[in-house]
Amino acid sequence: MKVRSSTFASLILILEVLGVALFLRGFFPVPVKSSLSSKSRQNLPAEPLSVGSPNSSHIPQPLFKRVVIMLVDALREDFVFGANGRTYMPYTRHLVERGSTLSYVAKARIPTVTMPRIKALTTGSIPGFIDVVMNLNSPSLLEDNLIWQAKTAGKKMIFYGDETWVRLFPKHFMEYDGTTSFVSDYIEVDNNVTRHLDSTLKRDDWDILILHYLGLDHIGHISGPHSSMIQPKLLEMDDILKKIHAALISKEVEGSLPYLLVLCADHGMSETGSHGGSSEPEVNTPLVLISPAFKRKVEMEKPDEIEQVDLTPTLALALGLPISQNSVGRVIASVLEESSLRDQLRFLHLNGHQLSCLLKDSIPDYEKEAGFEQYRVAEKAHGSWVKRYLEGNVSEVLTNMGKKVLKQYLEALSAMSSALSKQLGKYDLYSMIAGMVFVFQLLLLLLLAMPEALSNSAAVDLPVMSALLSLPFYLLCLLLASVHVLVCTSAESSCYFCSLSWALVFAAIAFTSAMSCLLLAMMTRRSPLGLKLHGKSPLKISSTEWSLSELDVLLLAGTAGHTLSLAASSFVEEEHQTWYFLLSTLCLVVFQDVCRKYFREKRGPGGEEEVLPYKDNPKEELYSEKWLALATPPFVLLCCRLLRSLNQTGVQWAHLPDLGHWLNSSEHKLVLSLLSALCLVFIYFLIQRRCSLVSKVALALGLLGVYSYRSAVGNVLFPWQHSGRNMSKGIVEARFVYVFVLGILFTGTKDLLRSQIITADAKLKNRGLWEIYSGLVLLISLLFRPHNLPVLCSCLLVQTLMAQFIWKKLHYDAAQTTIMHYWFGQAFFYFQGNSNSISTVDISVWFVGLDNYIEAPAIFLTALSTYAGPLLWACHLVCYLSSERNRSPAAMGHGCYCLALLRSVPAAAYIVLVTVLRYHLFIWSVFSPKLLYEAMHLLLTAGVCLIFNTVEQSHTSAAA
Amino acid sequence: MWDHEIRAMVSTHAIIAASIVVATVVPAALVPDFSIYGTHLVWLYSVSGAVVAVSVAIFWLLGISPPTRKHSLGYKLSRLFRSCLYFFLSCLFFHTVVVLYGAPLIDSALETFSLAVLLSSLTTVRCLCVLGPNVQAWIRVFSRHGAMSVWDTCLQIMVALTVLGAWMGAFPIPLDWEKPWQVWPISCSLGAMLGYLSGLVVAPMWIHYNRKQLTYKCK
Repeated sequence: MKVRSSTFASLILILEVLGVALFLRGFFPVPVKSSLSSKSRQNLPAEPLSVGSPNSSHIPQPLFKRVVIMLVDALREDFVFGANGRTYMPYTRHLVERGSTLSYVAKARIPTVTMPRIKALTTGSIPGFIDVVMNLNSPSLLEDNLIWQAKTAGKKMIFYGDETWVRLFPKHFMEYDGTTSFVSDYIEVDNNVTRHLDSTLKRDDWDILILHYLGLDHIGHISGPHSSMIQPKLLEMDDILKKIHAALISKEVEGSLPYLLVLCADHGMSETGSHGGSSEPEVNTPLVLISPAFKRKVEMEKPDEIEQVDLTPTLALALGLPISQNSVGRVIASVLEESSLRDQLRFLHLNGHQLSCLLKDSIPDYEKEAGFEQYRVAEKAHGSWVKRYLEGNVSEVLTNMGKKVLKQYLEALSAMSSALSKQLGKYDLYSMIAGMVFVFQLLLLLLLAMPEALSNSAAVDLPVMSALLSLPFYLLCLLLASVHVLVCTSAESSCYFCSLSWALVFAAIAFTSAMSCLLLAMMTRRSPLGLKLHGKSPLKISSTEWSLSELDVLLLAGTAGHTLSLAASSFVEEEHQTWYFLLSTLCLVVFQDVCRKYFREKRGPGGEEEVLPYKDNPKEELYSEKWLALATPPFVLLCCRLLRSLNQTGVQWAHLPDLGHWLNSSEHKLVLSLLSALCLVFIYFLIQRRCSLVSKVALALGLLGVYSYRSAVGNVLFPWQHSGRNMSKGIVEARFVYVFVLGILFTGTKDLLRSQIITADAKLKNRGLWEIYSGLVLLISLLFRPHNLPVLCSCLLVQTLMAQFIWKKLHYDAAQTTIMHYWFGQAFFYFQGNSNSISTVDISVWFVGLDNYIEAPAIFLTALSTYAGPLLWACHLVCYLSSERNRSPAAMGHGCYCLALLRSVPAAAYIVLVTVLRYHLFIWSVFSPKLLYEAMHLLLTAGVCLIFNTVEQSHTSAAA
Repeated sequence: MWDHEIRAMVSTHAIIAASIVVATVVPAALVPDFSIYGTHLVWLYSVSGAVVAVSVAIFWLLGISPPTRKHSLGYKLSRLFRSCLYFFLSCLFFHTVVVLYGAPLIDSALETFSLAVLLSSLTTVRCLCVLGPNVQAWIRVFSRHGAMSVWDTCLQIMVALTVLGAWMGAFPIPLDWEKPWQVWPISCSLGAMLGYLSGLVVAPMWIHYNRKQLTYKCK
């Protein structure tokens, strides 16, 4: 079966995406779950050895009557406990130092993003990393959780704050007001919470009040933790806390149970003001418990470190509720200190019982766990203590014995808790290996097909039929099926690949066997020409000679070196440095090529092998062209250097000041406005050259719309703006731009179709392609933040210059051009401020032209704005290669094939690396986000290859 | 064929390598708490000074530099002046390239410039010694088939290896090992130095083993 290179490449990429999806499903562990059906009422364990006693199976009296939880989004630990705490939050600090409080540093787990953190705080379990991705649209929480338990126990709850809570717990609150997160607003969002406070605090009809303040987080996103807006906001929070505290004190009735006021945070903020990663300031959050039940402090003590999830069982026990089944936290012992020893032991016993049940369900050989044994011993000791206690023994010995039991319990709890946390790192290895095998078979096929795919005909001959009809195929099918049955029946833990339907599994098995046979057939066909297999260079097979130029060496070594560098966590964190470094070197090598060409030509005797085509040009034109060509690489180098100081990314140097922050500060709004206006004008002039008149007009209006959108949102100044108008969401303006984007895309598609069906006109076709490209540029300029518009602008400028003076003039072949495009695309991915951590994904694009969160467009827009760099360069590659068709007709096929190869080599290598490093310390913070980025990039590249495919298809049909 | 030239090259390189070792050892005796990492700039300048002095002296004694037509003092002075100018320009050039590669523009300008001085004294000085302050000759040597003598080939290898060494020296900078040699610009200057030293060894050997293939147009 003969397939064209581009079809072949896109087919392989799509199948690879499926393989990677299977791998991802196996890689991201399923959270620890109790075997009990969720939210079923569990029976409480009896107090050990006190069956006869009347109150044995009861939970002791709750410790608190009312609880107010004040959750301040992104409140960092040092905002309260640090050196600046006294100026930031004076009242809170005073309480921490002198009041009857308990303070802790609560460690949040990654991902430090609001929704998973809320889930962790309410369920006590540690949601997996995949929660961020799977649940962008937080549906209601089905797991057993504190809020549900409180509701079932008849507690009345009121909630004001982030709407995520309302979505997670629909119909749980007696009264609620959800505020939507709209990042540029940090005043209104908090006032919407505070305005209810006065009336609510006066009333007596509630038991639990939850407040979630978002303003601080928004300030962090806008201007970072050292901005001047931080202090006023924290003072505001402090005042609110003071108000609540005063109200609670005034309501206090002698004799009844005391109140509890909790100040906590879901996550911290990093030095750049974002969150999501695992750096210390992001992870460390303050937890202050205020209640007259606690001992009065005399001086500032260093707060203890606890896990964030420890709050859940503590609150549950203190309120007299059952602990949620999936909670892995352990109760904070010092909260219980003031109750009687019997109650304390009972509390710990309840927590221990719950953890041991969870342990039984999630670890097959739980009996060998040290924590479980300790728990058993402690429970026995507890039983004998209760027996003596009930006998009326009140001696000193009994108290000491009780304290010993308490200690045993605490040790058992911490051991079980850590065992459960470790359990979260279990992988579904079978699915992972299956996915890996798929990906590697496909990669091998891609590599084996290289000589044919890069030949002049750009077509690959796949012996599919002979592979399907051979005996080994059927034997392999049988073998793999039996292996599958064997693995699935013997596996103890759940396995995704086993739970798939039989038809799907059989299709997968047949596919793998067919691939193996195909590979075998291809290999035997290649073996006489073993030489070609050995040289992996995609560049040189197309040309006749074997000597590699410096550029080829760099391109190959750079690609290989980058793939290898992914094994080190620092290189993953600082991947942008790798790309910047390679890009600078690329520019220098291209510069050397240009110099060599023009100076040698001038000197005469050196040039021997080729007839230079520009010799017949007029002399002056040649002269100016020569200098422009010579100036291009240094100019590109300069551009890249400027862009890299626009956005500092990565981890180690992310805190350094950059131009982006400077531009975004409110004093430099005018500069930002001028710069973005200038960039939009430049974008227009760079892109309009090859458009039709209609799209030119649409483009101009669209870019104007982009500017008015930005001024409506309040990012930039607009000369005729009404001063009195408030910030709106700019919905009308954004939709105005969308209309023009659609219009341009429509004209482009129309031109493409016309060139394909009616007239076989290459010019019309190139224009259509370029119009589609300019529609994409317009859309991206709408999505980019204004300080990133220079990135877009210089992207277009570099593309124009390189295409004009370098790629065309120096006769680089399709493979070389593709690799250069890919490198540029990667570098621009980081120029726009992305990194390999989830926290840099710009989620403000969710609301560009949309009133509220709608999943499908939100995901599409986020993907588009995040991968703008690679996408723009890939689309430019399509345009460029299509316009260069006269020179080499197979260019499109070669380009598509090289793009597929360039993407699948690092993706496949990274999958193996992640599998090998799955117990690495940084696997969750560094390697897994990168894995998600790689998978997403693979998906997008598959899309681009499909475009290549359609364009090339129309080429051939036009030629026929 | 060029046995005596290769022999001359080997001894030259041995002397230069020895001078580098001496330039590393001697300051240890003179400067209190000298170490390559701690007082990196001292080491850097002492090594560059030694390399410059020794190469100029040796190449002048060997008389490899192209014969000058005029022997007047003024001409010699102008040559000297132009050499110094070229050296300074090449320092600026290297500095610019290093900044374009991402070195901070203002913060550690002295360190960056020192690295540029080291690179210039390892590469440009040798060019000046072998080819003289003659840009045309430099362009000829560094184009693809431009070598016209054993010394030109040697120069190509040395320069390529030195630059490659400095280039590779930048690799470990992003790693979070927090080693003393990861501080800017130590890894790069050490890389350049190692590249240069390996060039001293590799160049004569490569020329020796490839002497059959090497053909030069003139000479």
